[in-house]
Amino acid sequence: MEPQETQIPAANSVLEQRRRQVATKGNAHGDIACETKSVAGSVSQRACVFCGSRVVLYPLADALHLVHGPIGCASYTWDIRGALSSGPQLHRMSFSTDLAEMDIILGGEKKLYRCLVELIDAYRPKAAFVYSTCIVGLIGDDVEAVCARVSQEKGLSVIPVFSEGFAGTKKDGYKAACDAMGRLLGTGSTEGISPHAINLLGEFNLAGETWLIKDYYRRMGVDVVATVTGDGRIDDIRRMHGAALNVVQCSGSVMHLAKGLKDKFDVPFIRVSYFGVEDTAKALYDVAEHFGDPAMMARAQTLVREEVAAVMPELMRIRKDLAGKRAAVYVGGSFKAFSLVRALRMIGMVTVLAGSQTGSKEDYRELEQICDPGTVIVDDTNPLELCAFLKEKGCDLLIGGVKERPIAHKLGLGFCDHNHERKKSLAGFVGMLNFAREVQSTVMSPVWQFIPRGRPASQEGDASCSP
Amino acid sequence: MLLRHTTADVTERTALTINPAKTCQPIGAMYAALGIHACLPHSHGSQGCCSYHRSTLTRHYKEPVMAGTSSFTEGSSVFGGQANLLQAIANIFDIYDPDVIAVHTTCLSETIGDDLVQIIAKAREEGSIPPGKMVIHTNTPSYAGSHVTGFSSMVKSMVGYFSEPSDIRSRTINIIPGWVEPSDMREIKRLVGLLGAESIMFPDTSDVLDAPQTGKHVFYPKGGVTMPALRRTGESAVTLALGPTASEAAAKALDVKCGVPCETMTLPIGLQATDRFIDAVRLHSGHGVPVAIEEERGRLIDIMTDMGQYLQGKRVALWGDPDQLVALSEFLVDLDMKPVYVVTGTPGKVFERRMERALQGRVPEAKVQQGATADMFLMHQWIKQEPVDLLIGNTYGKYIARDEDIPFVRHGFPILDRIGHSYFPTVGYTGAIRLLEKFLDVFLDRRDRDDPEERFELVM
Repeated sequence: MEPQETQIPAANSVLEQRRRQVATKGNAHGDIACETKSVAGSVSQRACVFCGSRVVLYPLADALHLVHGPIGCASYTWDIRGALSSGPQLHRMSFSTDLAEMDIILGGEKKLYRCLVELIDAYRPKAAFVYSTCIVGLIGDDVEAVCARVSQEKGLSVIPVFSEGFAGTKKDGYKAACDAMGRLLGTGSTEGISPHAINLLGEFNLAGETWLIKDYYRRMGVDVVATVTGDGRIDDIRRMHGAALNVVQCSGSVMHLAKGLKDKFDVPFIRVSYFGVEDTAKALYDVAEHFGDPAMMARAQTLVREEVAAVMPELMRIRKDLAGKRAAVYVGGSFKAFSLVRALRMIGMVTVLAGSQTGSKEDYRELEQICDPGTVIVDDTNPLELCAFLKEKGCDLLIGGVKERPIAHKLGLGFCDHNHERKKSLAGFVGMLNFAREVQSTVMSPVWQFIPRGRPASQEGDASCSP
Repeated sequence: MLLRHTTADVTERTALTINPAKTCQPIGAMYAALGIHACLPHSHGSQGCCSYHRSTLTRHYKEPVMAGTSSFTEGSSVFGGQANLLQAIANIFDIYDPDVIAVHTTCLSETIGDDLVQIIAKAREEGSIPPGKMVIHTNTPSYAGSHVTGFSSMVKSMVGYFSEPSDIRSRTINIIPGWVEPSDMREIKRLVGLLGAESIMFPDTSDVLDAPQTGKHVFYPKGGVTMPALRRTGESAVTLALGPTASEAAAKALDVKCGVPCETMTLPIGLQATDRFIDAVRLHSGHGVPVAIEEERGRLIDIMTDMGQYLQGKRVALWGDPDQLVALSEFLVDLDMKPVYVVTGTPGKVFERRMERALQGRVPEAKVQQGATADMFLMHQWIKQEPVDLLIGNTYGKYIARDEDIPFVRHGFPILDRIGHSYFPTVGYTGAIRLLEKFLDVFLDRRDRDDPEERFELVM
């Protein structure tokens, strides 16, 4: 059979119910609708509450992570994010209560208890997290009670994570993860923590990025107490309330924890991003400014000067190649989208589409502000719509995650994974150079000469996005 | 060492699964549904399920994988998911315009007790299903069986929804290929074509999940079994079900519904299983085996004799899905290799009996286990007790391969870190040659790397 080539004009490919989740900068419109559940039947690129909790907590490398549910939830999240650990690797194992039919009928509490005891005896972790999945919420297992019992018997923190998949969006999962970590706050000694100490929040050590950032702070004379959660350790979280400042990256995932630390322990927080030269420099300066120490600020300035000087000449060469090329950005968290728009601008590229799976109204207002007129802003898009916009806007590059990669390649666009499948550090000054090199190599790849490139919107009759 | 925590003592585990050798039913139903032309699989449950399945399939095939979801909320988990599914069906036909929507359930919708038959009937009543279009469904409770069960159920549903009883008996052979790669499906069709037989293969993911780059993102690529072909399966002469775990249920249902006799066979991986497959097709087609196929077989045996010295007596550990494991084991025994450890998370006692036959009494030391605690952790413990020379299985073996420094050939689902499986088959005689090439490559590369200088040889 021939592929179906029924043409659907771009405007129609936005589901009617989704119209308010799409905006174009420059057109009068109200706030973008967001933070809603996806429309049923939409081929959404989003995930669930459990996914949100799992990605936030999973890098805690000396904890036990037990998924309480049928096997799938554990299988699909087995070591899929490259969150590196410098020590224990326990987080890379996959543990499941593997609930079966009889457990659904009779309840899974006994099985959960046995699993926890067996695992704790075998692995002696620093703490254990028990993730509730859809089914557990439905059959009503008292996970809290089982955790409390095992905690008492085994003398370690066994913490329930209320991450039933259906109970909201991925963002609610971030909050459930923060609530779980919240139980550890204030339980360790803060002795010996320097007055110039911070916590890194929302940094997951993909491709070793936490190590790079930590090194910047070390060179400024700032100590890091805990990283949440990249290369994270339970004991660090227990004492992180002793730090003077929380430095929060990634808007959605751990903001809730930062707010908790502020309310309960009066530790202030600032929001930063380490993607791009400008944002990284600003992050370091903001921290130095917080401590009000001129010597520290001078060290930060020296560091930024040296690091920028090291990457700038090559960045400028790459910029020549990429000048005027058009990019689309579709990422999980919207805060990352801001940085990407700025970083792309630095290498001469224009962002013509920007969106995220989980942005808030404020995020989208801010995103619109930093974008150029005509940029399309989307919340929770789907492949058909995304494809229509990519075509309409005549893009050269898509930045996204695992499900977007093959779509870009099929259309003949370059692609950069700015999600958990990145293989090189994209954070900090070196990360900006890595990012620019990756964008250059994909956009300028010799492979594109062999294939019909995704054509600009002006050429009608192109059915490149047919359903 | 990543798996430094694994000890050699196999302790009694009452419940726990560690590093599973299976996943849940719905992903199998989704993969099967992608083998229907212009079909949009639909996951009736929370958003995460659909997202995980699509991501995993995309990582394995490096292809876009489209599927809808009912996006359950707290409300739907209390009041049922009927409203979500009705809205989803209407939206999908409106926007994505598939020929077929193939709905599968999840643990959530199963436990709530959504009645899919009733919901689909209601959607038809409400006029949400355009004329000529179909919504089919299968039940895939994630807490029973495994991903292979989900695949098998969706294929069976294809028969239930499409196959039409008929007074005519055509000479066509139905082929249910089982959960194999698009490349394998393509190869099976090629062999059947060479044998001069008409066939309908279902499902068929060739030209769906191995689509070429064209500068277009085609929502429904050209491959997949069509609705008219599925209807005609009811008038075929015979059904060949390749692999009992994945294919037998559908074949039997077709026999019951339309009186099409069926024959369940081992997946045609390796020499003997391919022989049996070719012979079955030959019998039903009434044509002889063409020289081309005989020559392919001859080339396989030629390489088996030429290179046998590097394979004899090698101890092999393999894990994955029952149908693949049985076929591979039989082939390994024919190569004078020893499949000593075999593990599948897919439950079913019959697997052990099938393995016994496949081992042909030649590997008395073999350990075979299936079900809940038959996982990669157990496999690793066995290997720590007594090592093996070769690992064969999906990507999840790479931890053991690295920690224990054992050569590793990837086979099965999922393969998240290599390509080739979509394009080069392992079924048929040429598929067997490819397997041999892979085994020999890892063995001989290892010798080239490890042999001391004085033993290092140019010619092997």
